[in-house]
Amino acid sequence: MLKRPAFHVDMQACTGCRTCVMACIDRNDLPEGILYRRVVEYSGGTCSRNADGTFAQDVFAYHLSIACNHCQNPICVRSCPTGAMRKDEHGIVSVDAKLCVGCRYCEWGCPYCAPQFDAKAGRMTKCDLCRDLLEQGQPPACVSACPNRALHFGEYEDLASMFGEFEVVAPLPDRAITQPNLLVTPARNARPSGSRSGCIRAAAHPGTPRNDTT
Amino acid sequence: MDRRKFLKWSAALGGMTALTGGGLLHCVGSRTAQPPLRERDVWTSCNVNCGGRCALRAHVVDGVVRAIDSEADTAGHAATACLRGRAMRHRLYAPDRLKYPMLRVGARGEGKFRRASWDEALDLLAARLREAIDTWGNESVYLNVGTGNWGAVLSNSCSSGAPTISRLMNCLGGHLRSYGTYSYAMLEAALPYTYGGAWVDGNPITDVAHSELAVFFGNNPATTRMGGLGVSHDLARALRRSGTRLIVIDPRHSDTAATFADEWIPIRPGTDAALVSALAHVLITENLVDHDFLATHTIGYDEDSMPDGVPAGQSYRSHILGLGPDRTAKTPGWAEAITGIPAERIVRLAREIGAAKPCYIAQGWSLQRQANGEQNCRAVCMLPILTGNVGIRGGNTGAREGFFTMPFAGFPTLDNPVAASIPCFMWTEAVRRGHEMTATTDGVRGVDKLPSDIRFIWNFAGNCLINQHSDANRTARILVDETKCRTIVVIDNVMTASARFADILLPGVTNLEEDDFALSDYATDIGYVIFARKAVEPLFESRSIYDICAAVAKRLGVGEAYTEGRDRAGWLAHLYEESRRLLPGLPERMDDAFDTGIFRMRDPEAPRVPYAAFRRDPVANPLDTPSGRIEIFSKRLWDLGKTWQLGPDERIPGLPEYVPAWEGVEDPLRRTYPLQLIGHHPRQRTHSTGDNVDWLRRIERQELWMNPADAALRGIAQGDMVRVFNARGAVLIPARVTPRIAPGVLSLPEGAWYAPAQDGADTGGCINVLTTQRPSPLAKGNPQHTNLVQVEKA
Repeated sequence: MLKRPAFHVDMQACTGCRTCVMACIDRNDLPEGILYRRVVEYSGGTCSRNADGTFAQDVFAYHLSIACNHCQNPICVRSCPTGAMRKDEHGIVSVDAKLCVGCRYCEWGCPYCAPQFDAKAGRMTKCDLCRDLLEQGQPPACVSACPNRALHFGEYEDLASMFGEFEVVAPLPDRAITQPNLLVTPARNARPSGSRSGCIRAAAHPGTPRNDTT
Repeated sequence: MDRRKFLKWSAALGGMTALTGGGLLHCVGSRTAQPPLRERDVWTSCNVNCGGRCALRAHVVDGVVRAIDSEADTAGHAATACLRGRAMRHRLYAPDRLKYPMLRVGARGEGKFRRASWDEALDLLAARLREAIDTWGNESVYLNVGTGNWGAVLSNSCSSGAPTISRLMNCLGGHLRSYGTYSYAMLEAALPYTYGGAWVDGNPITDVAHSELAVFFGNNPATTRMGGLGVSHDLARALRRSGTRLIVIDPRHSDTAATFADEWIPIRPGTDAALVSALAHVLITENLVDHDFLATHTIGYDEDSMPDGVPAGQSYRSHILGLGPDRTAKTPGWAEAITGIPAERIVRLAREIGAAKPCYIAQGWSLQRQANGEQNCRAVCMLPILTGNVGIRGGNTGAREGFFTMPFAGFPTLDNPVAASIPCFMWTEAVRRGHEMTATTDGVRGVDKLPSDIRFIWNFAGNCLINQHSDANRTARILVDETKCRTIVVIDNVMTASARFADILLPGVTNLEEDDFALSDYATDIGYVIFARKAVEPLFESRSIYDICAAVAKRLGVGEAYTEGRDRAGWLAHLYEESRRLLPGLPERMDDAFDTGIFRMRDPEAPRVPYAAFRRDPVANPLDTPSGRIEIFSKRLWDLGKTWQLGPDERIPGLPEYVPAWEGVEDPLRRTYPLQLIGHHPRQRTHSTGDNVDWLRRIERQELWMNPADAALRGIAQGDMVRVFNARGAVLIPARVTPRIAPGVLSLPEGAWYAPAQDGADTGGCINVLTTQRPSPLAKGNPQHTNLVQVEKA
């Protein structure tokens, strides 16, 4: 049985190309303003001129690809007043369209901005791990799309034993908030979670993680 | 969902997280083997000119593509498409698709057209072509560079003209030839003077796993080689396996620098050759050069190995140590002032390169796309030459990483009776003053002087008619003069910036609307061909380029010669049979190949080490240079520099020495335009392909990269609209204020579509509003990263 489905992001292989995002857009026909998976650049440091005109730099930058983490303690489920947001017996957190009234409490609660509001339909939408692909024995579309093979999907314990359980890195929030089913192999220049040394560059993406600001 | 289905997952997911085992390129799999084709799935391909080639799988329902996916991992060798291929559905069904033939009704470039029938459009095209040939000769007909369908075989668009159009023209007496590319004109022209031959190869990128140190001058495969069977993937794996230290030297903190590099060294654009000279100074004075290799494999290093007929003091060693005519030692202190890299860091870098055995030194193509690009690219090759890293595993020539090319038949173009050839960048000059252009003034080849101006332009699957060519405003002025170029034919999928300048505008199919073969590009040690099947019927009235050319051929009385009695399908079958002779492993029936989708072949010579035979025995395996050796000093260039007509601020020296770029960091013009502007490849487009696609625009905005110090000086904040300008034009664009670019340098991602507003300022973010049509001295190539500009808050 699928018990605790999880994503692993190998940040040392992720160049921030956003193919995972495009695969998700194509598969789900996502309208403008909704992205179930996002990639943000986290960068900081300075590149400046010394007194003699030469350059000095301590710049760092890395990318973080993030979708819904189908958390063990999903704050979106806890904050839903209608019971529309549920985590099922297979670990998938999804919205019941019939029960959702579009109040957006889940969106405000989620530190990953995973639930997103579909203004046209007047309700929330989110990643469901490509339920139909899982049925066919395939990983979610974003995972198999990655040209650099930086994304992986499977049981949390299996991924943890293969890749190790690293601490999360900036700009990800403290794991204790929701216990996300997300493992990351940190980028070589990754800053620790909670660090304010960089800022998020997210182009026109909706829903960047909110524990840090630009 | 019922319990049984979840049990099925359970088994499958177990497989997904299992180690898939072995394979140097293969890490850990969370993938299964490729799922079988669903009903109505067809294999097709992404054919843009990115340097990769990826398989696409179109899911077709009721004649409509409903989804696109790609090849999943197969033992680490999957042509997994990047976001640009995955966005193909919205490129195919773009609202600005050209629907039917159109003829210009307004002024040229105004973008006003009327609908025409195919018969009317083709009759007019044939009559104008006849007129051009009869009045001005075959030399007046030019096939402009187009790279929008680069990967295709039969419908290929190409830097020297699409083979389908070339064959048509050759049936009619030929056409003006062109040479070079917008990608690497200076490198292609210059490096053979050092190493001989026509193209200087590099070690594959996977060789960095065998190096103690890798140094990239520019080179950003993380963005320019993104496909799953490409350099970015292979570099990531090789670095992980070996832990090899990587240093990236680039004015911009590229995604390669960010993701893979141990250190980023920012440098001023156009000064790479100065950096190399100073590195050479340290290598020579600290005795870190490979004297044996230099003595047996090179000429021109010291005064004892110079070619005849050159005065004393011209050797490389003399030049570097200040014993040559300029009496200037190329010390780290000398280079510091030019490059912006502290002398101390130059010294340390030279020692690191000298100590690393072996060392992998490679260059991207950005540093040669400069006014002094020929010198930059030759200079970088000096580092592996001085340290003896050529022709060995883990070393490199200093060129860009090499790759394997699989044999496959091409569409036969027949012989072109016209001998005249121009550098492809010089086509606007050939429109304006072709009859004045000669070998020694403008790089004309095949003849001493062009017999005619360009009077007829074919522009197929390309945006170099205005957008990707330099100085768009000047190009527009040249093109609107109808007394010069009489006819412009554009064949494309969508209303590009170039299409607006057509007289006859024809709707071409995308590669998803026809069968074709797509060949691999830069894929290290795997070659492959994708059998790309038509996914949907041609949209609207769009037609294949072959059918368009065959119809024109028929109108001009060469129908039989053109088709040889075949239709397009007949030619595909013919090319398949030809290719089976080259690749006996191909399935007997072409249909089976189309069902399989992709045919792969490992490089039989992997690991490929260019110049290995020369390295082993330079006497038995000489290079194709006059001396048979690596020519640090090129007598051929020395002679060219004395016979060609060059500007007062231009030189073609015999040595790979630093020549300051006009409009570069040392140009007094910086008092007016203080900032250096370069243009990087964005991830959301392949050159100009995809700028109209809404999904790709959602991924990343077109923005001007600028350093916080430059922004603060001008009161510019992140996201502000700015006006970036010089004497050639102005662009209105939001600023991306980021430390990821050196102070004094701006970067505007290339390829955005030219969209001039009423006041002339471009609102599309097209860098070529600011670039110059002045060519580089030797290649007569496009110096599109050599620009001085000013920027202000809009």
